Amino acid sequence: MAALLEVEHLRIEFPTRRGTLVAVDDVSFSIDEGEVLGVVGESGAGKSLTGTAIIGLLEPPGRVAAGEIRLMGRRIDDLPYEEIRKIRGKQIGAVFQDPLTSLNPLYSVGRQLIETIQTHTDLSPTQARTRALELLQEVGIPAAERRVDHYPHQFSGGMRQRVVIALALCVNPKLVIADEPTTALDVSIQAQIIALLKRLCRDHGTAIMLITHDMGVIAETADRVAVMYAGRIAEIGPVRSVIKEAKHPYSHGLMGSIPKINDTKERLDQIEGSMPRLTEIPPGCAFNPRCPHVFERCRVERPELLDAGATRASCWLYAHG
Amino acid sequence: MAESPRPLVKVSGLARYFDVSAPWLNRVLDGQPRLILRAVDGLDFEISKGETLALVGESGCGKSTVARLVVGLYRPSTGSIVFDGVDMAGLGGRAEMAPIRRRLQMIFQDPYASLNPRWRVSAIVSEPIRAFRLIEGESKIVERVGQLLRQVGLSPVDGEKYPHEFSGGQRQRISIARALSSQPEFLVCDEPTSALDVSVQAQILNLMKDLQRQLGLTYLFISHNLAVVRHIADRVGVMYLGRLAEIGPKTTLFTLPRHPYTRMLLDTIPDLDMTGCKRTPVAGEVPNPINPPSGCAFHPRCPFANDRCKTERPEPKANETGSITACHAVEEGRPPAGPLPAAAA
Amino acid sequence: MKTWRNLKDLIRRFAGSDVFFSFKRSPTVVAAFLLTLIFLVAAVFAPWIVPHNTYDVASLNLMDARLPPAWIEGGRATYLLGTDEQGRDVFSTIILGSRVSLLVGFASVILALTLGVALGLIAGYVGGVTDTVIMRVADVKLSFPAILIVLLIDGVARGVMPRDLHDKAAVYVIVLAIGFSAWIQYARTVRGLTLVEKNKEYVQAARVIGLHPILIMFRHVLPNVTGPVLVIATLGLGIAVLTESTLSFLGVGVPPTEPSLGTLIRIGNNFLFSGEWWMAIFPGIFLVLLVLSVNLLGDWLRDALNPKLR
Repeated sequence: MAALLEVEHLRIEFPTRRGTLVAVDDVSFSIDEGEVLGVVGESGAGKSLTGTAIIGLLEPPGRVAAGEIRLMGRRIDDLPYEEIRKIRGKQIGAVFQDPLTSLNPLYSVGRQLIETIQTHTDLSPTQARTRALELLQEVGIPAAERRVDHYPHQFSGGMRQRVVIALALCVNPKLVIADEPTTALDVSIQAQIIALLKRLCRDHGTAIMLITHDMGVIAETADRVAVMYAGRIAEIGPVRSVIKEAKHPYSHGLMGSIPKINDTKERLDQIEGSMPRLTEIPPGCAFNPRCPHVFERCRVERPELLDAGATRASCWLYAHG
Repeated sequence: MAESPRPLVKVSGLARYFDVSAPWLNRVLDGQPRLILRAVDGLDFEISKGETLALVGESGCGKSTVARLVVGLYRPSTGSIVFDGVDMAGLGGRAEMAPIRRRLQMIFQDPYASLNPRWRVSAIVSEPIRAFRLIEGESKIVERVGQLLRQVGLSPVDGEKYPHEFSGGQRQRISIARALSSQPEFLVCDEPTSALDVSVQAQILNLMKDLQRQLGLTYLFISHNLAVVRHIADRVGVMYLGRLAEIGPKTTLFTLPRHPYTRMLLDTIPDLDMTGCKRTPVAGEVPNPINPPSGCAFHPRCPFANDRCKTERPEPKANETGSITACHAVEEGRPPAGPLPAAAA
Repeated sequence: MKTWRNLKDLIRRFAGSDVFFSFKRSPTVVAAFLLTLIFLVAAVFAPWIVPHNTYDVASLNLMDARLPPAWIEGGRATYLLGTDEQGRDVFSTIILGSRVSLLVGFASVILALTLGVALGLIAGYVGGVTDTVIMRVADVKLSFPAILIVLLIDGVARGVMPRDLHDKAAVYVIVLAIGFSAWIQYARTVRGLTLVEKNKEYVQAARVIGLHPILIMFRHVLPNVTGPVLVIATLGLGIAVLTESTLSFLGVGVPPTEPSLGTLIRIGNNFLFSGEWWMAIFPGIFLVLLVLSVNLLGDWLRDALNPKLR
């Protein structure tokens, strides 16, 4: 069976007067049905842009310059606006970082849910309302019958994010793109939302692309993880393998630099320097100026994703023959 | 860490209330009462020389207000802050404050807002030097700025640039250099790494630890990230709705947490070792600090709460483990040892 | 040495900036800029440029009065745009008049800017009662039309001063009047920006070291609010020139002995229906071009400095 979502050689460009910025370059990955793929990276690594490109919400002047995005075998990156809008509601749901901006402050939560449901299904208004109530109950809103007529500002941040998740799940999408869904929330609420996402994914077989900078969230939620660096995938593989035995020097360093609650070492591992700006990405491997294992080939030739044991890493250390 | 005879900073009964009422006319017309936000509501702690005290808590718990109170950006509503034996509330004018101000500095959260975008880095870093007239003579100031920039891992030529030419991590280094330029003993750090990417966060945390060792600095470290706190602190205070739920040495607090809120927090942070493990998240959210619950503010979310918790506010009491906890349940021995019972999600 | 390096640095930064780029891309703006530049140079060097010194009453010849422009029958080459009823060269009076107009414009903008920026900074930074008082005064002031305030100030000045003294002081009275009626826009904008800036952490950092509020306002906050102020000032220059012309046209502005553009139009207006159209039309065209190019420049500056529109 083919993967649910396939992204191949995706390249996102921003034309500016100082030349074209390549924000995402040659990114390929796939997500299976019901799978949670985590995407981590520092700000500016291109993880959010990849997500927005998949839902077709890339803001001009940004554009998909090359590559393909396929959902269930159908190419979706070159569809006209109306077509991608249909897919966006029905097959791909989205949850963003700030729940307040994802909801219309002038409509009650129930009305927004009902409208979304009716846009994509043939349900009658009463049926749609029943469905909206079910959804609110499912995402854990207490007293849903009463809360359904409340406005977004009457909900707390955590509850609002639950509403956004309900909105994303309205018509049982195959895939949910969750872009930093817990970043704006407190730790205790964050745990609740992660648990909710995991449960929904399990119950409905929804696949999730979880974009976050928080490796802890990914460790708890994802099946596989893609580590992005300077617009490229540095390493992709099962979560456990990437955390325990990252092969790419960047992901290895990244794991070491995260303070851990049960770890009492005096100094954190640190990667010297910082991620290059999009205008200053070095030739060859983008990580080569910071890499402790750098050798000649890294400076001239750009590595593809190569098999590196349990994971795939774009690093010349794993070029065999 | 052994208690020195006189703590560098001693905070007692510290409170800060904010009047968040609607304007007078609206209040009269709508018959609304005055609304008082008790951001910090009775706080006691001490910081010894050379140690790091971290305050953790969720948003709205008042930890950032404490930071601003300690550096004098806010005046306390009640309570006192004694710095090296001098009560800061007793100091009147600017001139009297200056010797104390020189010795305490602050590092801010947002590296994009904490540096004046119109100033060159050298002017930013040298501002405290000039304000306190620590060094006379332009060439000596330039030399000192270069030395400070080198100390935080930048190059003296970076002084000629403007803040926008630097990345977030580098800006935070500049911020640290500015804080160090008046040769302070005490640094208040308000979420200094929470706006940074993890790999940069590691650089800054390591730098702060190195500087503390080299210069004998004392830190008050505000954070919402328990893992960061575990890494940097010597002692940790857990805040909930303007009060300290628990305070104690780091190892005690992390291995033998007593307060149900501390235990909940420790239980909920996502960690790398938790891959795929199932946890039962604690229900409920932080209540509105304008109208906090009666008695112990945590009682609506607490699995051990009883009627006493709803009416009577718990006072901080020392435990046999060396930490101080404000909790009736702990005092009465109500919570069982071991993991928290599952609360409804 | 150091200033030279700073200057070079400034030029380099400007040439590479987005503002300069958007400037180069728009021919209208380049044209407006060049036109403004010509007007300014002409105004500044007017006494050396003009073919006839029209301020010198002795040089006037009534025989040359009411001559049409040079290309019309009866016109003379020495009087390019014709002459007025006193035999003054219209071209020369326009150049000298624009000098008066621009002088009044610049001076009143500087007055309004200084007053408005200072009050806005104080209102925004200090807050509380100070803020309320300053902004209420501004609100009250705003409920009168600006021209009314100007007429009032001018009227009072006429009342207290003897005639010849008032004529001498007329320019200063106008500057004062226009300046006092225009400070509010600066104050409001600066106050709003100050409210944003004062909560930023760099201001708090300055407060932590105990810097005096006045120093924080002027060293830290002020440099960060200059962009929008520059825009208002540019647009304000156009408005000030127009207000001055309006006043002079109404006869309450600068005296006819040293006429501004508005005075010229007023004088010319009397001869419009007797066929001597050039006395009013040429100063009019000149005024329109001047204000238009200054306003185009201001509009462009507003867009160029607004990151949202880039």
